Amino acid sequence: MKERPVYLDLPRIRLPLPGFVSFLHRFSGAVMFAFGIPLLLAGVGASLASPESYAALKSAFAHPLAKLVLVGFVWAYLHHFFAGIRHLLLDLHVGADLASARRSSAVAGLLAIALTLVVGARLW
Amino acid sequence: MTRRHTVGAHYGLRDWLAQRLTALVMAAYTLLLLGVALWNGGIDHSLWTALFGNGAFRLASFVFMVALAWHAWVGMRNIFMDYVKPVAVRLTLQALTIGVLVAYLGWTIQILWGVRP
Repeated sequence: MKERPVYLDLPRIRLPLPGFVSFLHRFSGAVMFAFGIPLLLAGVGASLASPESYAALKSAFAHPLAKLVLVGFVWAYLHHFFAGIRHLLLDLHVGADLASARRSSAVAGLLAIALTLVVGARLW
Repeated sequence: MTRRHTVGAHYGLRDWLAQRLTALVMAAYTLLLLGVALWNGGIDHSLWTALFGNGAFRLASFVFMVALAWHAWVGMRNIFMDYVKPVAVRLTLQALTIGVLVAYLGWTIQILWGVRP
């Protein structure tokens, strides 16, 4: 069996935009797995435990650092969401040619950033 | 060109499909929650507790978390398969991932159906 070509030297790879968006898809997923899910569960748990813990959680999010972390996870979710929908469309052979694929990667990435800014503006 | 030996006949199609189906489940739940928030002009404490007081919504939340755990398993496994070459390290990371995901689900059940005095 022939050796399959593998080139995964991360620091040396010059990614085109679709590759970069795809990398961020993985990155955002891994960050949400490791940190996002436990924080989400802790937050939902506190929000439901008692009216006092709900109020405490709410006042905790008044802190700018907490808002910044929240905005970070909002971006991770939105990027993963839109990049994921793009992958689903590519699976259905929608926009699979090079030009469309480049365009849709820009759309997915920018849409996530734009909506994150909207959420951030509402938080502040 | 790569010639594969077609033995085992398990090249990850099931994982690939599960990743996509769980994504659709999570997208639907996300839109549901967004719809509830937009419909009511935001979510306050009474709406939030009423929402989770509803058995159907609790079940939907649980289905979301199971879909999330399955989805995260496929994704993390893909990352480990690409970047972690030593088999012992990779298997350890995969086992830890499964353990963490099962713990997340246990935590979810505690939150959704936990006895609150």
